[in-house]
Amino acid sequence: MDTTQIADAPPPTPQPSAGEQKRAARGATRPGDRIFLGLSRGSGILLLVIMAAIAGFLTYRAVLAISKDEGNFLTTFEWNTGVNPPVFGIAVLAYGTIVSSIIAMVIAVPVAVAIALFLTHYAPRRLSGPIAYVIDLLAAVPSIVYGLWGALILVPNLNGLFGWLNDYLGWTGIFDWQGGAARSMLTVGILLAIMILPIITNVSREVFRQVPQMHEEAALALGATRWEVIRMSVLPFGRSGVISASMLGLGRALGETMAVATVLSPDFLIHASLLDPGGGTFAQNIASKFSEATEFGRDALIASGLVLFVITLLVNGAARAIIARRKEYSGANA
Amino acid sequence: MSTAPSHAGKRSSTLQGGRLPKWAPYAIAAGSLALGIGISAAAGLSSSIQWALIAAILYILGTYVVAAKVENRRQAKDRVVTSLVWVAFLLAVVPLASLVWSTVQRGTKVLDGYFLSHSMGVVADSETGGGIYHAILGTLEQVGLATLIAAPIGVLTAIYLVEYGRGSLARAVTFFVDVMTGIPSIVAGLFILSIMLMFEMEPFGFAGSLALAILMMPVVVRSTEEMLKLVPNELREASLALGVPKWRTILKVVLPTSLGGITTGIMLSIARIAGETAPVLLLVFGSKFINSNPFEGAQASLPLYIYQQYGSGEAAAYDRAWAASLTLIAFIMILNLVARGLARWKAPKTGR
Repeated sequence: MDTTQIADAPPPTPQPSAGEQKRAARGATRPGDRIFLGLSRGSGILLLVIMAAIAGFLTYRAVLAISKDEGNFLTTFEWNTGVNPPVFGIAVLAYGTIVSSIIAMVIAVPVAVAIALFLTHYAPRRLSGPIAYVIDLLAAVPSIVYGLWGALILVPNLNGLFGWLNDYLGWTGIFDWQGGAARSMLTVGILLAIMILPIITNVSREVFRQVPQMHEEAALALGATRWEVIRMSVLPFGRSGVISASMLGLGRALGETMAVATVLSPDFLIHASLLDPGGGTFAQNIASKFSEATEFGRDALIASGLVLFVITLLVNGAARAIIARRKEYSGANA
Repeated sequence: MSTAPSHAGKRSSTLQGGRLPKWAPYAIAAGSLALGIGISAAAGLSSSIQWALIAAILYILGTYVVAAKVENRRQAKDRVVTSLVWVAFLLAVVPLASLVWSTVQRGTKVLDGYFLSHSMGVVADSETGGGIYHAILGTLEQVGLATLIAAPIGVLTAIYLVEYGRGSLARAVTFFVDVMTGIPSIVAGLFILSIMLMFEMEPFGFAGSLALAILMMPVVVRSTEEMLKLVPNELREASLALGVPKWRTILKVVLPTSLGGITTGIMLSIARIAGETAPVLLLVFGSKFINSNPFEGAQASLPLYIYQQYGSGEAAAYDRAWAASLTLIAFIMILNLVARGLARWKAPKTGR
């Protein structure tokens, strides 16, 4: 376990007096104390056990499936688990997951940072409080509702944008559009961007609000314009916060299931054009293939879920590491 | 600050450079809007989105040119960024407002007492009628059971981390709680599914509760931890100095002090898991009938109901999906608002 290097900073707990600390460390003497300590430590350990069990069970079922896979699990462009011998691979899913998440990040991060700046530095004071509150609430809207909205409202409204992209950028091949419903990777990316916007905005806003007033006032006193204040004191201070906020958003985009499953019309091909319907993501594939899958098919889906699990673990671990490092540097608001 | 060289001749003697009058942005906005509409009309563009975009681009360009002429380049850049930030904000408001608006507008179409009190038992997807009673029942039971599991474990873990936790075990728990927050809901569902496959179980409501509990635990731990840290140490020390055992100090002093905050955290985490679809899809499977027993047989749930109604592709089913969405959002928003209200109401007691 590489926990020590990532979670090096101990949780900033209130400092008990030295005597109390020693007593707590040695363990309690009274039976009530012992039971209570046992219970609370037990639940902590239970959490660790659950994490280990998730990894263990998923790996076990995944191995069952992959050992019977006739194709290469990583590079096959197919998902046939019902036939004998079964052939399936995650190439298309990995591509779709990564591409849709990248599109989402490219759209969401600049906009979210701009909104966070708007709320902390540009909006009238009276407006910024309620707006921040509403954005907070929007972060709680369930993904299935975003999915329903995306499929029934967003998709028909994207035809104009897709036509425009095809007219002017179609020659690149990336924005080539054959017509038909706008249920493609780009649509998924746009919807994911809308979904993760509130989260990234919230975290970034918190970080921007913590910028020391002194830094900003010093810049202002030197005659800086508002943009120069932001560029010289706000953004450098908030950079790691924004990065970790983006990683949290990325983690959500990677694992998003229902919104993608409702909006995308999937197939098992990698399309050069982002506007062509097709492709798939890990989570979407699990949700849409699940109901028809045999027991072996479910094992295969679990195998793809394991890959998703590992990817999100890495992304979230990285985000936490950045946050932890930032806490060390700025002791003021740890 | 010296004046820009471009108009040094005009203003070189004063300390202050040129300044645009207060009304200038509005004038530029009006001008670019008129020009944008003019260009669009001339080019025969029908979409109002394109009109707005052209006007916005014209506004930004116009601002830069005018400000660079009258003031200086730095001011011009500042003004451009200001308008970009506003544009980004307005751009983001459009989809989010549309989401809320369309849910309310379309959801109220079939949402009434009948809809809330009937199931889909004898209604085909293409027919009108039917309701979400079975789904509400399923959601309440699954979420309730998940809360019964996750809340005590989460709160106890937080107590361990704040009151007892030292050393490597506490560090490991802290780290993995963080990691657990990021588990995609479908992976939690797959985990329970892999156990169910092993014992050859059929889908039932409680399996969904287990997956939801996994998603809920880290959220409860995080929020409870924050609240326990807010309890002033003087309270603990006063109690311990009176000879009260530590466990009674925690139960009688620390927890009551932070109860409001802990409740808020638990309610927010309930709001989070109530909208989860993926694990319920894998483990509870959905049903058209009222099944009040979460321990046997497939159950419905509100988010899953939305997904399945959408999936059927019928107009009547879309209406039901919107109405169910509105119900779900209303439930989650009420939970959120009550939780936040509670937090605000209880706030002074946490000591500041």
